Amino acid sequence: MSGTHPNSSRIRMSGRSFLALTLTPETPLVDWLAALDHQIQRAVGFFAGKPVILDLSLMRADTPDLPHLLPALQERGIRVLGIEGGDRSWPAVADWAWPESPMGGRASGPVSIPEGEKTPTLAPTLVVEESVRSGQHIIWPDGDVVILGAVSSGAEVTAGGSVHIYGALRGRAIAGIGGNADSRIFTRNLAAELVAIDGFYATAEEMDAKCTGKPTQVMLAGETLVFKPLL
Amino acid sequence: MAKVLVVTSGKGGVGKTTTTAALGAALARAGQSVVLVDFDVGLRNLDLVMGAERRVVFDLINVIQGDANLAQALIKDKRVDTLSLLPASQTRDKDALTPEGVAKVIADLSKKFDWVICDSPAGIERGAQMAMHHADMAVIVTNPEVSSVRDSDRIIGMLDSTTEKAKAGEKMEKFLLITRYDPQRAARGDMLGTDDVLEILSIPLLGIIPESPDVLKASNVGAPVTIAEPDSAPARAYTEAARRLMGEKVEVTIPTERKGLFDWLFKRRVA
Repeated sequence: MSGTHPNSSRIRMSGRSFLALTLTPETPLVDWLAALDHQIQRAVGFFAGKPVILDLSLMRADTPDLPHLLPALQERGIRVLGIEGGDRSWPAVADWAWPESPMGGRASGPVSIPEGEKTPTLAPTLVVEESVRSGQHIIWPDGDVVILGAVSSGAEVTAGGSVHIYGALRGRAIAGIGGNADSRIFTRNLAAELVAIDGFYATAEEMDAKCTGKPTQVMLAGETLVFKPLL
Repeated sequence: MAKVLVVTSGKGGVGKTTTTAALGAALARAGQSVVLVDFDVGLRNLDLVMGAERRVVFDLINVIQGDANLAQALIKDKRVDTLSLLPASQTRDKDALTPEGVAKVIADLSKKFDWVICDSPAGIERGAQMAMHHADMAVIVTNPEVSSVRDSDRIIGMLDSTTEKAKAGEKMEKFLLITRYDPQRAARGDMLGTDDVLEILSIPLLGIIPESPDVLKASNVGAPVTIAEPDSAPARAYTEAARRLMGEKVEVTIPTERKGLFDWLFKRRVA
C-alpha cells in the first residue's frame, strides 16, 4: 500500500570490523595443501568462523590441481569470503562459485597460527587411590595415570600420557599409547613384568637389572627404553 | 544381623575348607552362633571335614530350589551346639546357584545366626562369585608362595569390584590368613616371608597358621582342628584369628609346637 512512506521506518544498522585472513597458495598446490593440513592439525578450529580471502596472485591459468583448490579449502571448513588475483575466465576455475572480494581493506601483516593454543584442552589425569590388583586393567587413552598403590603381577595400566606409580610396579605399565614418545613411566619400586612407551617395550628379562626393586623412571631415547634411578 | 564372612583364595588346595571349619568352630566355642555354608557345589568337602557326611539329607541347592526348608537342611554339630552346617550338593553343578536363591538363603540365615561363613570354591567363576557376593567381610587364605599370592590378589580385586558391597560403593573388610607357614623353610628362603606376602597384598593380617600334621589328622577324623586338637599350634593360631574377627586386639604371633621334655625323650627313643 502507498499509505506508508518509504522513509518513515529506518532499519537499524551498525558497523563491525573483522580481520580477514588472506591465504596465498603457492605451487605446487599439493605441497601447499599438505602444509596447510599440518597447521590445522596443530591448531584445530583455528579457521572456524574466520573470514578468508583467497589470493590467487601466485597462480597461473595452467597451474596443476588449480580446479580442486577451492573445493579442497571448503572441505577443510575454510570459508572463502572473496577471491583476489587470478582471472575468473580461466577454464580451470570455470566451475567455481566465485565470491566477489569485498572492496578496500588494508593489509595488517602476517598472521601466525597460534602454536597449540587452540588444540583440545589437556586430557585430565586419572588418579587411582588404591592398588591395581591382578587381572584388573586400567585404560586411560588420553592423559596421565597416577596410581597411589601398587600395580600387582598380572595387572595392567595403559595410558595415553605418562604412568606414575607410587607403590611397586609388579605388573605391566604401558605409556604413550597414542604415539606420545615423550611420556614416561615412574615407580617407587620397579619389579615389572613389562613396560612399554609408544609401542617400544621391554620384558622383565630385558630391563636394567640395577634398577630392579628401586625407584625408577623409564623413558624413550630414540627407539630404546632407558631405565634411570629416581633420586 | 549376622556378619556374612566369605573364606576365599582363588587358588585351590590352600586350606579354605579347613579354615572355614576351624574358624567357625573357634567362633562357636567362644559362644557365637555360627553356620557354615558350603558353596563348592559338585565338589563338596566341608561335610567331611566337619564329620557330618553321614547326616546330610538336604543341601543348599534343595533350599534354593524350594525342595526343602532351611530347618530341614541345616545340620547341627554334635560337639558344639552353636555350630551348624549347610552342606553343598554333590550331584549338581554351580549353575544351580541362582543369584536370587543365594540372596534369599543368606538373608534367612542372617536372621538366625551371628556368623554366616561361606566356604568358597576355588577359581573365580560362578561358584566363587556367588560365595562372595553377599559378604560383609572376607578372609583371604594364602599360602606363602607366588602363585597363591597372585591368585589372592586377583580375588581381592574381585571382592572390591563385583560384590554387592562394592557395587553399593562401600568397602569390604578384608583379612589375610597365611596358612601352611613353615618358619624353618621361610628362614632358609624356600618360601615367601610373611612380610613379602603382606607387602604385595597390603590388607590386614588375621593370622599365620603354621604347617602341622595336626591339621591333616583332624580332617581325617572329621573334626575342625580347633575342636580335635585345641592345644595344637594351628588350633591356637585359628582361635586367636577368631578372636581378632570378633574385634579383640591380639598380637599376631606364629604359635610353635610345645615340645616338653617328655616329648623330647619319647622322640629320641623312637629315633
